[in-house]
Amino acid sequence: MSPSPTVAPAIELIGIDKKFGAVHANKNINLTVAKGSIHGIIGENGAGKSTLMSILYGFYQADGGAIRINGKDTVIHDSQAAITAGIGMVHQHFMLVENFSVLENVILGVEGGALLGRGVSDARSALKRLEADYGLEVDPDAIIEELPVGLQQRVEILKALYRGAEILILDEPTGVLTPAEADHLFRILGVLRDQGKTIILITHKLREIMAITDTVSVMRRGEMVATRQTSGTTVEELAELMVGRRVLLRVEKGPAAPSDVVLSVRNLTVKDGRGVTMVDNVSFDVRAGEVVGIAGVAGNGQSELLEAITGIRKPASGEIFIHGQSVTGLDAARLRTLGLGHIPEDRHHMGLVLGFEESENSILGYHREGRYGRGPLLDLDACRDDAKAKIEKYDIRPPNCRLKTANFSGGNQQKIVVAREIEHDPALLVVGQPTRGVDIGAIEFIHRRLIAMRDAGKAVLLVSVELDEIRSLSDRILVMFAGHVVGEKTPDTGEQTLGLMMAGIAA
Amino acid sequence: MSTASVPLPNWITYGLMPFLNLVVAFLISGVVVWFIGESPLEAVKLLLQGALGNGEGIGFTLYYATNFIFTGLSVAVAYHAGLFNIGSEGQAYVGGLGAALASLALDHYVPWYVTMPFAVIGAAIFGAAWALIPAWLQAKRGSHIVITTIMFNFIGAAMMVYLLVHVLIVPGKMAPETRVFLEGGQLPKLDWLIAMFGGKIGAAPFNVSFLIALFMCVVVWALIWRTKFGYEIRTLGASPTAAIYAGIPYVKTVILTMLISGGLAGMMALNPVLGASARLQVEFVGGAGFVGIAVSLMGRSHPIGIVLAAILFGVLYQGGDALSFDMPKITRDMIVVIQGLVVLFAGALEYMFRPAIVRVWQRFGKA
Repeated sequence: MSPSPTVAPAIELIGIDKKFGAVHANKNINLTVAKGSIHGIIGENGAGKSTLMSILYGFYQADGGAIRINGKDTVIHDSQAAITAGIGMVHQHFMLVENFSVLENVILGVEGGALLGRGVSDARSALKRLEADYGLEVDPDAIIEELPVGLQQRVEILKALYRGAEILILDEPTGVLTPAEADHLFRILGVLRDQGKTIILITHKLREIMAITDTVSVMRRGEMVATRQTSGTTVEELAELMVGRRVLLRVEKGPAAPSDVVLSVRNLTVKDGRGVTMVDNVSFDVRAGEVVGIAGVAGNGQSELLEAITGIRKPASGEIFIHGQSVTGLDAARLRTLGLGHIPEDRHHMGLVLGFEESENSILGYHREGRYGRGPLLDLDACRDDAKAKIEKYDIRPPNCRLKTANFSGGNQQKIVVAREIEHDPALLVVGQPTRGVDIGAIEFIHRRLIAMRDAGKAVLLVSVELDEIRSLSDRILVMFAGHVVGEKTPDTGEQTLGLMMAGIAA
Repeated sequence: MSTASVPLPNWITYGLMPFLNLVVAFLISGVVVWFIGESPLEAVKLLLQGALGNGEGIGFTLYYATNFIFTGLSVAVAYHAGLFNIGSEGQAYVGGLGAALASLALDHYVPWYVTMPFAVIGAAIFGAAWALIPAWLQAKRGSHIVITTIMFNFIGAAMMVYLLVHVLIVPGKMAPETRVFLEGGQLPKLDWLIAMFGGKIGAAPFNVSFLIALFMCVVVWALIWRTKFGYEIRTLGASPTAAIYAGIPYVKTVILTMLISGGLAGMMALNPVLGASARLQVEFVGGAGFVGIAVSLMGRSHPIGIVLAAILFGVLYQGGDALSFDMPKITRDMIVVIQGLVVLFAGALEYMFRPAIVRVWQRFGKA
């Protein structure tokens, strides 16, 4: 849909500049977003996208430059001012009160008076209206924590619309969504645009940009390097603009040479914390020298399967063997000594301790090994030397092993985990969502490392909700649905076929 | 704008901020003193003079500080594992039993330096034992350690009173306490240490326990930051899920950490029981376990911070005593108010001034 030229742009950023100490996060940024369009902003982690949007939403003040909303100069000194100017933000990590209902979350902060009754009934009818206008169905009385992630995100969108947002900023909205949920989100965004809302989509997933944006701007190292009509550009061009060099979007790999069975799973059943069976009587093997991918929509038992294999959750029944030795029910430390490496699905909660120095994280799980200190002692120099070597080899930035891990970007945090697990040379590498929330340069790097592991004769088990990733890395694909492995396919199987299997429709 | 993630140099985080908090606490205390019609400046002068003005004052200050170092370390070790041990009070109380039994058994036969290691170990074992059941309940049953350790404070107090009244009391005496230990069961005073700085220790009960406390600071520092077990403690405290991922055994780590925490609390008993009164009395802990929580918070769970915070509270205790003696309008309760303000500002509100400091730092600090 092409915007009319007589209408003032919804947003104009003119010469926005922002420094954090020595870091020049935004350099003289100019951006024009047409009213009633979906405008994508892409860039690697640390390119300055979030800073720019934080300035627009009033979290930070720009050091220089001006903001015009609908042609009017606007000063946005806090998020309240942004809301007044009609800007709503859907954060990557939802800002919802988990044990409140949808309705309570929507009116939070705009309750309209000391007594709730009036505000609640107003909000209820307003929600009905929004639901009808935009197809945003959510049960207003549902409790947030009982809703799937996709619906929680819808509540965030409703919150913004309820506050009268005409301009919606979505920060990495699909990072937590399944492909189906993401498609649904895109349909909603399409409806919103057609109703005249302006949408800014921040992402580093090129497919999403191509799928739904009208215009796309690329940021790199704090600069706005290009703006293109989406219809007039290609994935390859955008990737190159983002990274500043040519990027291999598909992993180049030769044929696999599978040999002995390393991991063997037999009749494995796993229950989650509530006692619900999440993995039901699953059996498969992974051989040395092959990558086995497990495809499936999130929540179909892949996470629990990974947890059982890596010693985080005890299986209810069935057996797991590594090199023919039963390892069922052993803890993660014991499994590591038997040759297991584990890149977990969630680096923030499992793979890393964010408050630790980088060097402390580079030994997590292997800290009992003799090379990190004799007997009960911890040899900090040995840990730091070890960390420095990994930083060098995996190009982790900034190259400072004393820096707090929370201060690294997502891609570099993931590299810390990948470096740690691969460098301990495991016979079996179990990988969950290796590139979730990771920028494109790091994705390429991590993918090549995983293939290198395979080529070095290691067994690799890969779980990912990114079907592209599964298809480009795996030598065999197992599809999981509702706790069962519903079929095994080769990687050249069409996306459609796999998609139907993931939905439990075909086998 | 959020300032929580802006990094500040260490001298601000660990130096300037606690100092500012302390200044504010004292300013408000000054207002309180002024309200009741006394001169705040005079009060500060009396307080500091009482605590630091002469050898005896310093001796008392460091005697109190010794208690707080032990209990502060106790709270800190548990805190690193994400466990809030509110039970140092009770663990110290029961630890006194272990220390006293060692002295009662040995004081007839050996000199103090032979008794001392047995008393240290006895105090630590009894203190640790008192932490064992809450630790086990937390590790195995998920019963919250805060609740169970508080309960065990009461149980410990009741048990100790029972033992002192019915078992350990000297036959024919009225006071619920053990017999006085002979010299072989006492810890000698550190009069020579005060004398080195030209002071006289007088009646102050400042004793060898202080050196044991400093030694334990080094031990705790090494444990937390230089051992693999310390690494596991910190991992568990910072991210329980990452600890599972790393294969760090939850049950074992929780129980061992609490045993160490309880042991440190138990060792606090050496100071009053073997060092000061040379007998086991009821209520000898006198709230030091709870002060330990404030000391640990204020000292950021680091031994150096704990020593400094413990000395500060020692000053408040000793100086407060002197102050209430010289200024009758300022009662013991007023001293508790001042201590409370220090805890409030230095402990609970430790980050109150951070946003303002961050703004100043961003404007002027990084040129």
